Amino acid sequence: MWSDFFTTSVIVATLASAVRFATPFLLAALGEAVGQRSGVLNLGVEGVMLCGAFTAYYVRLNPSGWGWAGGMATAILAALAVGLCMGLLYAWMTLVMHAEQGISGIGIFLFGLGATDLLFQKQVGVPLPISGLRPIRIPLLGDIPHVGDILFNHNVLVYLAYVLVPVITLMVNRTTFGLNIRAVGETPEAADTLGVNVNLIRLGAILIGNALAALAGAALVMNTNIFQQNLTAGQGFIAVALVYFGAWRPGGVMAGALLFGLVSSTVLQLKTLGIVSGAASALTAMAPALLTIVVLVIVSRRIGQPSALTRPFDRNA
Amino acid sequence: MKRNPIGVLLALIAALALLASACGSDDGADSADEVDSGDTAESTSAESSASAGPLRVGIVAPSASNDLAFTQSIVDAVNAVAGDRELDIAVTDGTFIVEDAAAAIRGYAADGVDLVIAHGSQYGGPLQEIAPDFPDTAFAWGTAVDTFGLPNVAAYTVRADQGGYVNGTLAAQLSESGVLGVVGPIEVGDAKLYVDGFVAGAKAQDPNVTVNVNYIESFSDVALASEAATAHIQNGADVLTGTAQMVVGATGVAGPAGALWFGTQSNQTPLGPDFVVASQVYHWEVVLSEMMAEIDAGTFGGEVYTLTLENGGLVIEFNDGAGADSSVIDGAQATIDGIIDGSITTSDG
Repeated sequence: MWSDFFTTSVIVATLASAVRFATPFLLAALGEAVGQRSGVLNLGVEGVMLCGAFTAYYVRLNPSGWGWAGGMATAILAALAVGLCMGLLYAWMTLVMHAEQGISGIGIFLFGLGATDLLFQKQVGVPLPISGLRPIRIPLLGDIPHVGDILFNHNVLVYLAYVLVPVITLMVNRTTFGLNIRAVGETPEAADTLGVNVNLIRLGAILIGNALAALAGAALVMNTNIFQQNLTAGQGFIAVALVYFGAWRPGGVMAGALLFGLVSSTVLQLKTLGIVSGAASALTAMAPALLTIVVLVIVSRRIGQPSALTRPFDRNA
Repeated sequence: MKRNPIGVLLALIAALALLASACGSDDGADSADEVDSGDTAESTSAESSASAGPLRVGIVAPSASNDLAFTQSIVDAVNAVAGDRELDIAVTDGTFIVEDAAAAIRGYAADGVDLVIAHGSQYGGPLQEIAPDFPDTAFAWGTAVDTFGLPNVAAYTVRADQGGYVNGTLAAQLSESGVLGVVGPIEVGDAKLYVDGFVAGAKAQDPNVTVNVNYIESFSDVALASEAATAHIQNGADVLTGTAQMVVGATGVAGPAGALWFGTQSNQTPLGPDFVVASQVYHWEVVLSEMMAEIDAGTFGGEVYTLTLENGGLVIEFNDGAGADSSVIDGAQATIDGIIDGSITTSDG
């Protein structure tokens, strides 16, 4: 039975599935990592993902109804716009009103869950399929045996997610904006004395985080070609956990997302091939979450979070 | 007194979130308005009787009323019954959390609803506690076969294996690769019956066919169902099936991948007009009509009702748009007849 799993085709399919599976987690976690590096925790990632997912789905559901604007790019841009709007709302709550970040994030989550549920029921009703993003095989790279199928035959949002890893790494570590993000996340008072506009930097980080969370929702919809109430099913919370898993570094976040995706896709393959079934099947289904908890426990003992995480900044205080 | 802006903000957010959540999950009255807004409303208002009044029915179900699966099957059925008799219908859907469902069940009973339908096998525990407190209310629980010995609890179940068997024979004939894929939720209840029936039907049709079954251990994870379907296709499956409300994730990838799909619970043709071949549809109205007649006669429970192909509670609805070979579809009727006359055994169930 196990020999069925250890065949080239199954292993290639499992690894390709892991890359695809990890994409929404990676996008959302990258954005959350940027936000947390600036000192802002957003537990509302799940709600923003849902809003982004519903927006992309709604635009794609009836593309002709939107005229020239009913294309794929419009759906993704609309999701991004919704993410930015939710980012502005969250920034107002946390930066202007200095609301407690944990509670505010849960409020955003509940709002996203309820709003998309309501909008779906009233505006859509039956979960009809849409035409999502098709895989694009990258010329030359996609022809490399096995590796091409694993890494270079995915839709554009999958590629974008992985391209964003070095981009965000460079932004955080090599740009003035990134330096300021780290500064306001560690010692906002010191950054302020050096002339850094703490809240403006945090606003930028929040907007990046929310835009990527909404994009993660759009990626989920474009991969599954469907929307349903609570589509994300906890993925946003797992993305927050992956930020800790990755020690607030884009590379670490990617490693965590890929590990989570790999365990999930391996479990799926094992069950699909009938290698695990019955009680073992139920137990293996817990493996991804269990692994995340174990690694979080280990990582959290070794690495400290940004010093000013969840701490609001008020220069007049 | 100085007003705390943070407190005001938090209160505002909490109120907004609660409002959105409450609207999203449909409380009874809101859903009742929606359910009643179509033909049902016309029939109920037109037939309004001055004597006994309409039978008040409250439905508590785990997913959305329009999920094209388990919850929709009971909502459609109650609406179908409302075409024949006067009903006042309210729906509380989206109660995946059992405690929420328990509150809704108790709320309907306390409001004087005549028949409370707890549509989910997971609701048995709370129902067993609540029903004795309301002896004048009839409770129906499904899919289940246990009435807890209570005189006001009826159970209803479905021989989902029968339609699963028919779908399985069809799938085995239509598959070119000889590999079929099943996306199941958790290995319990009518989901297990359906999957077991599907496997038995496929194997009876073609002993060499491979049926890969994947229970994803979730009734609601659409993304996981999508990846499970992808895994099936990558392993050679060209015909898929699945049960429970998360299968929309599987159908979302089946069609674009060129695979055929067989549905169950509700007619799933809208999910893929060009690739959903057939659906086993639950017509709960068959047992609901019996149940309501018993309530009219003063018997509030104690019975176990079962949907079968024989009693017309199960119907295989075909979709011509899928382009399946018509001779294969025609042959399905012989299988259905065989199950009805007992010459074909679908499972031990």
